[in-house]
Amino acid sequence: MKKMKAKRIGVTAAIVIICYLLQCTLFPHLALASIKPNLMIIVTAAFGFMRGPKEGMLAGFFSGLMIDIQFGSILGFYALIYLLIGFGNSLFQQVYYDEDIKLPLVLIAASEFLYGLVIYLLMFMLRSEFNFIYYLSHNIIPELIYTIVIALGLYPLILFLNHKLEAEEKRSASKFV
Amino acid sequence: MKKKNQTSSKSKYYLVGLSLFCILLMVLSLFYDKAAAPFNGIASVTIIPMQKGINQVGTWLGDISDNFDTLQEVRKENKALQTKVDELITENNNLQEEKYELERLQALYKLDQNYADYEKTGAHVISKDSGNWFSTFTIDKGSRDGIKVDMNVMAGSGLVGIVTKVAPTWSTVRSIIDDSSNVSGMTLTSSDRCMVRGDLSLINEGKIRFEEMENNENKVQVGDQIVTSHISDKYLQGILIGYISEISVDSNNLTRSGYITPVVDFKNLQEVLVITTTKADLTGKDEKGK
Repeated sequence: MKKMKAKRIGVTAAIVIICYLLQCTLFPHLALASIKPNLMIIVTAAFGFMRGPKEGMLAGFFSGLMIDIQFGSILGFYALIYLLIGFGNSLFQQVYYDEDIKLPLVLIAASEFLYGLVIYLLMFMLRSEFNFIYYLSHNIIPELIYTIVIALGLYPLILFLNHKLEAEEKRSASKFV
Repeated sequence: MKKKNQTSSKSKYYLVGLSLFCILLMVLSLFYDKAAAPFNGIASVTIIPMQKGINQVGTWLGDISDNFDTLQEVRKENKALQTKVDELITENNNLQEEKYELERLQALYKLDQNYADYEKTGAHVISKDSGNWFSTFTIDKGSRDGIKVDMNVMAGSGLVGIVTKVAPTWSTVRSIIDDSSNVSGMTLTSSDRCMVRGDLSLINEGKIRFEEMENNENKVQVGDQIVTSHISDKYLQGILIGYISEISVDSNNLTRSGYITPVVDFKNLQEVLVITTTKADLTGKDEKGK
């Protein structure tokens, strides 16, 4: 049982770190009109509604913390935003079914939109950049669309890994009994 | 039912606990610079080596694809470069002559500061900002290689940005096209000062805005060079920022503003040069003020 737990933690950490590395190294080269997708939102939201509040929050917290450490001006800012996104998505765990792809995509899109909005409000509007329509149409919406496109590929992958782990967990649990 | 309630209350503790931890981190890092040090250290041994590895693989793949350039293309390029070399040699000879003259005149005037010869160290760009809002990137040299906060960063002959965060083996650079970046600049010909301000809405067009240039008799026109000014307390003097691509007189008739085309290609930055002297070193304004 303990071994299963360690494996679960290991796989989750690996997914978060790999996505972060891709986000910072590969995706800047794949940017369209200087917009790149946000993999961390996909991962955080996915763990939120697939695995519940605890894992959603931890995945969000650590992905946010990595961004803070490398690029943020103050520690804990992105960590808090991603943490809350993870928690918010976990509220939908009850209505989430594996077979349904619509709800995950809607949730990821909503998270992405809220994230863009919060960043605009806290980092741009407070520096008196009031041209919201511009930022909406040139940053928030394009990033949302690109993220959804990537999510179509990435989310099934995370889902697949989760299925495998869950199946293994069930097997080892039944063996234990 | 009871079990479910238990887990949800447990997750609430997690939520409150982690949020408080985040807020604590924010407050700490606002008031105490060193708060980030342990995190930077952890990143130095975990994420950064991986990013360096990925970067190496990327360069390697890039090299391989370069190798597939056909011989014809290379020959053509070689021919073009050869003519360029010839041109430059002639130009260089002229410049050498002028340089001797300049040195003689400078000696006459007792001007001994030479701004062009800053000591530099090269670094690789290993990762870029994860979001789309800011333009910062990480380089693979840190405090162990002598990098300090506020050192200026160049690529080729142009200004790229400034070091904002330093960890043992890596540091973060904010580029001058970042929305929160302000650089004090001046025209090379007339020494008119202006503010060069990064703007997110111009990043795509590859331009930077400049503002607050005095509207005087000095003629400033499209194509003039903008370099860092002598009054900046973070940027060393005389580093090329770019060329004016548009200039107009503001409606107040007192100032001029316009756009600069930077000399650096910010989209394809791979190697940068960090100038290892800071302005504070030069002006003697050390950290006594802090």
